[in-house]
Amino acid sequence: MAGVAVSTTINGDNVEYLCQPDETLLDVLRDRLGLTGAKEGCGTGDCGACSIILDDRLVCSCLVLGAEAEGRRVETVEGMAHGDTLHPLQQKFLEHAALQCGICTPGFLIAAKDLLAKNPDPSEEEIRFGLAGNLCRCTGYDKIVRAVQDAANVMKGA
Amino acid sequence: MNFDPRFAGRSFTSVGTRPIRPDGVDKVTGRARYGADFNMAGQLVGRVLRSPHAHAKIRKIDTSKAEQLPGVKAVITAADLPDLTDGDAGMYDILDNCMARTKALYDGHAVAAVAAVDARTARQALKLIEVDYELLPHVTDVDEAMKHSAPLVNDAIFTEGLEQKPVKPSNVAKRSQFGHGDVHQGFGQADFVVERSFKTEQTHQGYIEPHACVASVSSDGTADLWVCTQGHFVYRQHCAQLLGLEASKLRVTSSEIGGGFGGKTHVWAEPVALALSRKAGRPVKLVMTRDEVFRASGPTSATSIDVKIGARKDGTITAAEATLRYTSGPYAGMWAELGAMTAFACYKLDNVKTVGYEVLVNRPKTAAYRAPSAPMAAFAVESAVDELAKQIGIDPVEFRIKNAAQEGTRSSYGPVYGPIGIGPTLEAAKNHPHMKAPLKENQGRGMACGFWFNFGGQTCTDLNIGMDGSVSLAVGTVDVGGSRASLSLVAAEELGIDYSHVKAIVADTSSLGYNDMTDGSRGTFSSSMATISAARNAIRVLRERAAQMWDVPVDDVHWEQGHAIARGEKYGNLSPLSLKEIAAQSGKTGGPIAGHSELVADGAGVSFATHICDIEVDPETGATRVIRYTVVQDAGKAVHPTYVEGQYQGGAAQGIGWALNEEYIYGKDGRLQNPGFLDYRIPVCSDLPMIDTQILEIPNPNHPYGVRGVGETSIVPPLAAIANAVSNAAGVRMTHIPMSPPRILAAIEAEREG
Repeated sequence: MAGVAVSTTINGDNVEYLCQPDETLLDVLRDRLGLTGAKEGCGTGDCGACSIILDDRLVCSCLVLGAEAEGRRVETVEGMAHGDTLHPLQQKFLEHAALQCGICTPGFLIAAKDLLAKNPDPSEEEIRFGLAGNLCRCTGYDKIVRAVQDAANVMKGA
Repeated sequence: MNFDPRFAGRSFTSVGTRPIRPDGVDKVTGRARYGADFNMAGQLVGRVLRSPHAHAKIRKIDTSKAEQLPGVKAVITAADLPDLTDGDAGMYDILDNCMARTKALYDGHAVAAVAAVDARTARQALKLIEVDYELLPHVTDVDEAMKHSAPLVNDAIFTEGLEQKPVKPSNVAKRSQFGHGDVHQGFGQADFVVERSFKTEQTHQGYIEPHACVASVSSDGTADLWVCTQGHFVYRQHCAQLLGLEASKLRVTSSEIGGGFGGKTHVWAEPVALALSRKAGRPVKLVMTRDEVFRASGPTSATSIDVKIGARKDGTITAAEATLRYTSGPYAGMWAELGAMTAFACYKLDNVKTVGYEVLVNRPKTAAYRAPSAPMAAFAVESAVDELAKQIGIDPVEFRIKNAAQEGTRSSYGPVYGPIGIGPTLEAAKNHPHMKAPLKENQGRGMACGFWFNFGGQTCTDLNIGMDGSVSLAVGTVDVGGSRASLSLVAAEELGIDYSHVKAIVADTSSLGYNDMTDGSRGTFSSSMATISAARNAIRVLRERAAQMWDVPVDDVHWEQGHAIARGEKYGNLSPLSLKEIAAQSGKTGGPIAGHSELVADGAGVSFATHICDIEVDPETGATRVIRYTVVQDAGKAVHPTYVEGQYQGGAAQGIGWALNEEYIYGKDGRLQNPGFLDYRIPVCSDLPMIDTQILEIPNPNHPYGVRGVGETSIVPPLAAIANAVSNAAGVRMTHIPMSPPRILAAIEAEREG
């Protein structure tokens, strides 16, 4: 099958790649571009471990084709920190121990970033529903919710 | 030098603090490398063909068309994994589970595998493999499988544990029995007796990372395996034996692990990936899909349990008895045995008897799931305990306190307890504000206790001190939830230096001696013991080097707060030497400074917990909502309290999912109907409240700091605590887990109709 040439922006950088028409954006990120921060937990859009932001919209990259990224902006966990300064969400996830195994963490960070961009002052319930598309099996979500609350407070003050 | 593991009361500087974990930044920036995040040059994609049938004889497999597809580099069947198990029945089961040899024993059982240049070619190749099956009758239900009329799952299994050796094979792999006293006599003394039957459905650990590995076998007989596992040394042993490799020539590196909970304690595709790599002459990456994880990894048992408990009017239990039937998949297991051991472990009983039956069914081979087998037994027992308390008219907490096991109690499974935490967790629960909080209409409160043995096992650790005074700690227990942080704290504590100067890693199998898996809540317990031992060995070297630098006898040199101190009036003018100062001179005083430790970490202190929860039930729909949840558990000593809380919260959340939602649903055709996260629904963020935790510290006498394992016990009480809460809210006793809305509604309607 002939490859599709794609020109896109990932974490602010211009990126060009060839992919198969049936290849997911998740596979392109992980297998062609070496961006393995997004994880495949299910491949069916149920776990959120592959969450990315596509043109300001939170999506599961396993449900997007690589070819669909043409001319669009992709944000992944690899682009969250500025140099060696962590994003407040990353810092608060560490401080609150909001991760145990950490496999769901990139997806949660991206989903939480999208949530706070749209709602900088969410209630606990809004956080819980805002992150309901991401599965975590280790933490029981308690420390994740607290980390997001704390990060929201820091970001409001910034 | 002999290591003294006994608890010594002491104050702590590092242990008990809450620093950021050493592997944290990599995990929040996407840099941490998990099973599927590793690649090798020339790597192929491996995929597995699985049986769509629950039970079928494999007449013939034709792989010729698949082999001819361009891009396919290897196709293997059981013939490529010859039987090298040498009469070891357990290893033969592992081999047969990796690749079906004569029969497919469950929907999802591997029958062939391919390695190809890319995923699409590999998928196409699977479709070209022709398998000629002869369908056989199947059985998936635990009670059905025990009937004489049931199809025989595995004709190599004869029931173990019977007085007379059976002449016919059976679906009951083993009968086991525990207890003491005379239950018949005990029930005769009872004023009240509760007798009930319970069922629990099969659940999956539900780790978010599917199994993944990269295998590379070279033509010179050496091999490398990168894999997400809870025990890379055990994987090495199993893979080496099944592939006919020398263990030392197979180097296994454990990747970061995206959850395990017991499910990553057994090999499944690693031997297959190695066999593919050997045949293709290239590295092979094999990653399970989520569908494969559900159908073909190792979920927990489905169970059927009968419980009978009797008590006097004053609330003293006089006898307790249980019969426990646990599915083990198509191979022998030890799951009912563990259930039978744990069922009544919380209580002080004069007369107790439990009998367990391991039941073979056409479901995937059962694997450990966090305190394996204990949650189901606790569900049945703690439900009956609650009901009995109600009959007697005594508060369920008081009833449990009155009958709780104590130091010196002979446990229901045999050993006599040392200092234990069941009483203190119950007292703490009784006094917790949660117990007094008001409830609204349709809400019910439940509580329950739980027990887990905990495990120690073989452990090996290296501690190396760099010339700049920083410390590298190499452990062999896989870090499943923050143990590199807790072990760094322990090294810092013992050496008397700051946590920031210690860096812990998990070493590969070629760099360190054998370690048992991270299971049985042993990661921090056993590796901290080995770390303390290694640090003490390093301190002995540090003292020797200081003695040399000062030219004084080593016996006069002591180690205090990270410094060598020459003790004695004659040394009054010698300033203490810091670890850093001694390390800086190590090149001139005898070379590198290190401490090594290998030990069997005996004396894992048993663990107890009490949980309280409030549940709201919608009487019109049977839907439930968790309103409030509290965990009280004994940690012995919480090394990193934040991660201890995390273990408590995580176990409770898994238990909530098990109690209310999660179950394997098999169709009449024996096929799994819900092999995905959409239909097998684990709790999401909006399903749960905050989970309150209270850490108790009753020191384990067999660990220098008093540490007990904390990982597993938290999943034991939730099924029962929630069942008691739902039963109280709905006004009807729930006996079937999960308590999904249709089951609750059916129970409410049956009660209304009387």
